[in-house]
Amino acid sequence: MPRRFSNNSSTDTSTNPPSFSPSSGKGGISTKGPTVKSNRLSQLFSASPKSKTEPVQSGHPQPSNSSPPISLASLSLPTISLSTATADNPNMDELPTTLFQPPTPEEARRLAKQHAQFGPIGHPSHRYSSRHPGGVFPEPVMDEPPYYYLLTTYISYLILIAFGHVRDFFGKRFREEHYRHLKPRNGYGALNSDFDNFYVRRLKLRINDCFERPVTGVPGRTITLIDRATDDHNQHFFLTGTTTDTLNLSSYNYLGFAQSDGPCADLAEESIKKYGIAAPSTRAESGTQDMHLEVEDLVARFVGKESSMIFSMGFGTNATIFPALVSKGCLLISDELNHASIRFGARLSGASIAMFKHNDMKDLELRLREAISQGQPRTHRPWKKILVVVEGLYSMEGSMCNLPGLVHLKRRYKFNLFVDEAHSIGAIGPKGRGVCDYFSIDTSEVDILMGTLTKSFGANGGYIAADKVMIDALRATNSGVYFGESPAPAVLSQISSALRIISGELVPGQGEERLQRLAFNSRYLRLGLKRLGFIVYGHDDSPIVPLLLFNPAKMPAFSHEMLRRKISVVVVGYPATPLVSSRARFCVSAAHTKDDLDRVLTACDEIGNVLQLKFSTGIAGGALPAAEQPAPPPELEKEWHRKRSDNISPPRWRVEDVIRRGVQDVKNPLY
Amino acid sequence: MDLQETQRILSEYLHELADLFHRVPGSAIFLRYVKSSYQDDPIRSAVELFLFLFAVRYLLAPKYSTKPGVVPLTEDEIDDLVDEWTPEPLVGDPTALEAMEVDKRTVIVGPVGPKSRLTNGRTVMNLGSFNFYNFNTNESLKEQAIQTLRAYGVGPCGPRGFYGTQDVHIKTEDDVASFLGTAACIIYSQAFSTISSVIPAFSKRGDIIVADKGVSFAIRKGIQISRSMVRWYEHNDMEDLERVLAKVTKEQARKPLTRRFIITEGLFESYGDMADLPKIIELRLKYKFRLILDETWSFGVLGRTGRGITEHQNVDAAEVDMIVGSLAGPLVAGGGFCAGSEEIVHHQRISAAAYTFSAALPALLSTTASATINILQNNPETVSQLREHTKAMRAQLDPRSDWVYCTSAPENPILVLVIKPEVVAAKRLTEDDQQFLLQDVVDECLANGVLITRLKTLEDNFQPKQVIPPALKVCVTTGLTKKETEKAGTIIRHAITKVMSKRK
Repeated sequence: MPRRFSNNSSTDTSTNPPSFSPSSGKGGISTKGPTVKSNRLSQLFSASPKSKTEPVQSGHPQPSNSSPPISLASLSLPTISLSTATADNPNMDELPTTLFQPPTPEEARRLAKQHAQFGPIGHPSHRYSSRHPGGVFPEPVMDEPPYYYLLTTYISYLILIAFGHVRDFFGKRFREEHYRHLKPRNGYGALNSDFDNFYVRRLKLRINDCFERPVTGVPGRTITLIDRATDDHNQHFFLTGTTTDTLNLSSYNYLGFAQSDGPCADLAEESIKKYGIAAPSTRAESGTQDMHLEVEDLVARFVGKESSMIFSMGFGTNATIFPALVSKGCLLISDELNHASIRFGARLSGASIAMFKHNDMKDLELRLREAISQGQPRTHRPWKKILVVVEGLYSMEGSMCNLPGLVHLKRRYKFNLFVDEAHSIGAIGPKGRGVCDYFSIDTSEVDILMGTLTKSFGANGGYIAADKVMIDALRATNSGVYFGESPAPAVLSQISSALRIISGELVPGQGEERLQRLAFNSRYLRLGLKRLGFIVYGHDDSPIVPLLLFNPAKMPAFSHEMLRRKISVVVVGYPATPLVSSRARFCVSAAHTKDDLDRVLTACDEIGNVLQLKFSTGIAGGALPAAEQPAPPPELEKEWHRKRSDNISPPRWRVEDVIRRGVQDVKNPLY
Repeated sequence: MDLQETQRILSEYLHELADLFHRVPGSAIFLRYVKSSYQDDPIRSAVELFLFLFAVRYLLAPKYSTKPGVVPLTEDEIDDLVDEWTPEPLVGDPTALEAMEVDKRTVIVGPVGPKSRLTNGRTVMNLGSFNFYNFNTNESLKEQAIQTLRAYGVGPCGPRGFYGTQDVHIKTEDDVASFLGTAACIIYSQAFSTISSVIPAFSKRGDIIVADKGVSFAIRKGIQISRSMVRWYEHNDMEDLERVLAKVTKEQARKPLTRRFIITEGLFESYGDMADLPKIIELRLKYKFRLILDETWSFGVLGRTGRGITEHQNVDAAEVDMIVGSLAGPLVAGGGFCAGSEEIVHHQRISAAAYTFSAALPALLSTTASATINILQNNPETVSQLREHTKAMRAQLDPRSDWVYCTSAPENPILVLVIKPEVVAAKRLTEDDQQFLLQDVVDECLANGVLITRLKTLEDNFQPKQVIPPALKVCVTTGLTKKETEKAGTIIRHAITKVMSKRK
């Protein structure tokens, strides 16, 4: 069903970039007074009525922006509720506000654009600081659906595969021209084999419209999709000429630094003026500028290491670092769910590779004991080095590495530890310094910290941080330094300004707000989804919230239904996940407001009912809290949990209750 | 408890068990089967019972490792071994050459232009960057980049597959494709990672790659990770290529047809010389190999409008299956691309690791690439001017220097200068000696106000080892006047002479 919904309201097809379409501007929620018709939103979104009076219900005073606002000082003015402000609405100036003069249309437009990239905080209580409370790091509870869901999932795949083969059978006979590229032609081997291509041709093609959706503008709080349609069953797409503003839960914009104005963009502009567009050379030749050294220092200081080096691509950072670290005769033990770039680099290194079960410290210990005691295969010579490679935060699972466990093992087994903080840097920890910060573990316990600058900082590239002697030696052996292009000045400036904002050097207070809002938002959405009855994976504080869909057909259905409600989400299935656990992935951002997340929860609630996605058993949390004992002290939590686990009823909260209770419960453990 | 009581309880239990058994669906059939088969054939029942018991025993038996050569050790022994084991340091001490490499790194303060300021406060003529056309300081390009920045921010915050495909990327892909004259194009976010990802996307285990011995590091990595069967031919030797192709074709004649590729570069990174594309195409058609052509150093440089080696040697770009190039060099943007047919490009969107698993290119670099391609396309004099400058620089160095010669093609704005073999022989220079000598030349040039670099090479773990002669690298730029270029050439020549003649 190709996008027939894309014009179900007049505003979403507006093509002017600072469009006032409803989705782009619910930042104005704060002035929602009696003048705003409460059913307006629900009309537009066909979403269930959002509780208009929610801030009052949850016991808050009328929201006032007393905290330092993110975007501009002028935010202390209440902004126009954008749900009533369409670009051609002449009444915008006459909107009666009770407290302040309304801003001029131009001002309003500017604010709308700003809020489309970064929403103003709804209430000062919408903040939280994430930190591991100490003690044993709990495994995330993996809930499972009833068996018939797994069964139907397998049956779905069977049907898809059977249909695929039937279509291939007839296609190969009657529509040969479509299969020609899979067979040897004129003496050339087929470019890709029939078998390898089957999945792409017969399964992925069906849901191709959920992937590679073209976008324009800033991937901030909202993202503007360029509408497209197909008339040959997803083989090709053509643009329809319209755009749709959607709430963005798909970009890795954790701290909301994807902005085209504000201090980061201003500094980036300055750097282009001053430094030009690129440093057209490699780092080892003449592509090192003062700016590179500055940013390397900043990154090193930020992550808490002596020295660092930066690269123009995150994938490339991992692809080139491993050959410089390990070689033949070394063992690399990698978490089974590590990112493709780590595998790429590891394969190039020539080291032996072993895997351990995801986040399973017992399994890792077994492997280590075996590796050290047995030595290299056949020769039994001891391994030269053992490098354990984990990610800080896993992008498909939303789970964090068990750093305390790893450090404990490291002391005993003397291996080297490499933590890839691609998703966790900036996104986790009370100061945003990644997993070490979150677990309050000294960074000297980790030998090499790697991370990307693409995600939390809204820039591009990756870094490696370690002791100075190590980095100096790596500079001469890492091929990324020798042959990779040098990062561009604008990108560097984005990195440095983002880092300085987080650490409070620039615009004090703003970095803290971003970190705390992200932590709040992550927990809020996770708690809400759990209470609604969805199975979500991962740790409580992770800004990646995967919602399990299981059946393959529910991937496109979920994606389409979300798009219809103007929310863009990522759906992933096999082969990025195990066959049965297809999922939708929400990437929460500091740019989202609580109202945005309420909108997501409402949408999920409706879609979950229609698609039958609510099958959590309650073991992962979200059940109604016992009336007499709402939250236990942390030290008794386990016992409390066990006591309760006998009579857990599946949580199926009403969305109104979820929203009402969300803010006050979000700071408790989420189960 | 007396006997009767026990008996009663026992029979009760038995009763219950029997009841339970009868309640299991299918138990009646099983009973009937056992009864009848026992009556008919007691031996069969015995055999079945034996098999059943064997299966139970097998399943309950302790697991043992099937790995060969595992020495069984007790926990205590393992603990001892763990205590005993001391790993090597993760990163070893750098060699003298590596230490020099880090030590001598030049750092530019401020913009990279034809004249750049260094950390010591001196302004030097920059012949080290690939800023051939000096687009980097072009005000209108900067203005466009800023406009993009103001509309898109800096980073795209996601991979291409998940909402990272911005309209500017699609436009750049179209621009590159129409510039080259191919059907389609795909852009990557780093030039260095592009070819390393393109090769394994197509060439898998069991496929055949015939590659030039002198290919760049990135290509070697791509070949290494593809795990394909590789045959090397002598650098730029077309006869050897034909010999290898013929041999491979003969060897494989009876085997099922697999994908076969020739991989070479347009302008070679390590030598600067040019491939003979028409001849390669003739051979690839004759032996039915696909051609992957790395134009990282020739795109934006060769040909009338900088379209690369295809334009320079009058070859239709569609004759080449995959053209891989860089947007990061002379185009002063970032990222790399692969151009080819629709099918080839589409396949990479799913299976090229550096595309699917990496964040997209920043929008402002994408639009810059589009803009610089547009400039090149509409101003052929830009390219011809660069060629003039290259000629002027070359005239100062190649025939006139007694110590070095230039291995680059005359059109290549990167002049690769290698120490003459007779000098190496006469002074008995090892490779490390040469590197140190060349670094002295670089330092001498810097002291005289010219920034050049050494050709950077890195040893890798892929067999056979590649031996590239140490060299100097001089990058011509039209940002300098012809006079300045000539002057810089003279300075370089004198520096070489000074350093080399001092060496005994």
